[in-house]
Amino acid sequence: MATRQIAGKTIELDADGHLTNRAEWDTSLAAALAKEEGIEQLSDRHWVVITYMQKQFQEKGDAPSIRKLTKESGVSTKELYELFPKGPAKKAAKIAGLPKPKGCI
Amino acid sequence: MPEKAPEPIQKVSIIVSHGSLEGVYPGLIMANGARMEGIEATMFFTFFGLDAIINKRMDNLKVATVGNPGMHMPTMIGMLPGMSAFATKMMQKEMEKLDIPPVREFIEMVHDAGGKLYACKASVDMFHLTKEDFCPQVEDIISVGKFYEISAGAEIIFT
Repeated sequence: MATRQIAGKTIELDADGHLTNRAEWDTSLAAALAKEEGIEQLSDRHWVVITYMQKQFQEKGDAPSIRKLTKESGVSTKELYELFPKGPAKKAAKIAGLPKPKGCI
Repeated sequence: MPEKAPEPIQKVSIIVSHGSLEGVYPGLIMANGARMEGIEATMFFTFFGLDAIINKRMDNLKVATVGNPGMHMPTMIGMLPGMSAFATKMMQKEMEKLDIPPVREFIEMVHDAGGKLYACKASVDMFHLTKEDFCPQVEDIISVGKFYEISAGAEIIFT
């Protein structure tokens, strides 16, 4: 397991580069992870997606599908891809401190 | 000399050539999955695969119960009236559980995710169709040559 320094703390990462210990996650870590993914500033809309994903993960043990996410969070597919270019499900999960989503849809 | 790690896939072109429900879904799932990974995705609908993007047909695709050994059903039973409709209903129910959308919604999803959808010109001419017959997500009717041009640098997947 890899560890690394970011946003003034040492975090542990899984094989996909996602956070292992969710207790280490906070908003400043999210902002730093977002920057690495090419998102300069997390907007309110980014946060809608991030908090929705965290809530779903807490309840179901996996990140939601894109379809579920767009239906229930009110963020459309188009907007989702604009907010998190090049792989929204994976990127949003990474920033939210969650493992890579297991689902195919 | 150390082995070079393989390059990640950047771009896929998926050909959909069948018009049954089980013929259309794999391509849609793979195209959407590509976009979710940040991979560029193009879909090329040809022959009966066109049914998946024809406005009047896309909501009524059926599972093939005859000539489909995967159904594990004798052909004579698969032939019975209502069998295909029944199998289709069952499959749709299972897919809904997995959050797999109906064809029209799936096409919209792939399109909104940045996937590009094309109809095959030869098939369109053969079936006497026009651009108006297709759902609005279809980018254009293109020749095979144009498809290859668009697919430059892509992995081509035939379904």
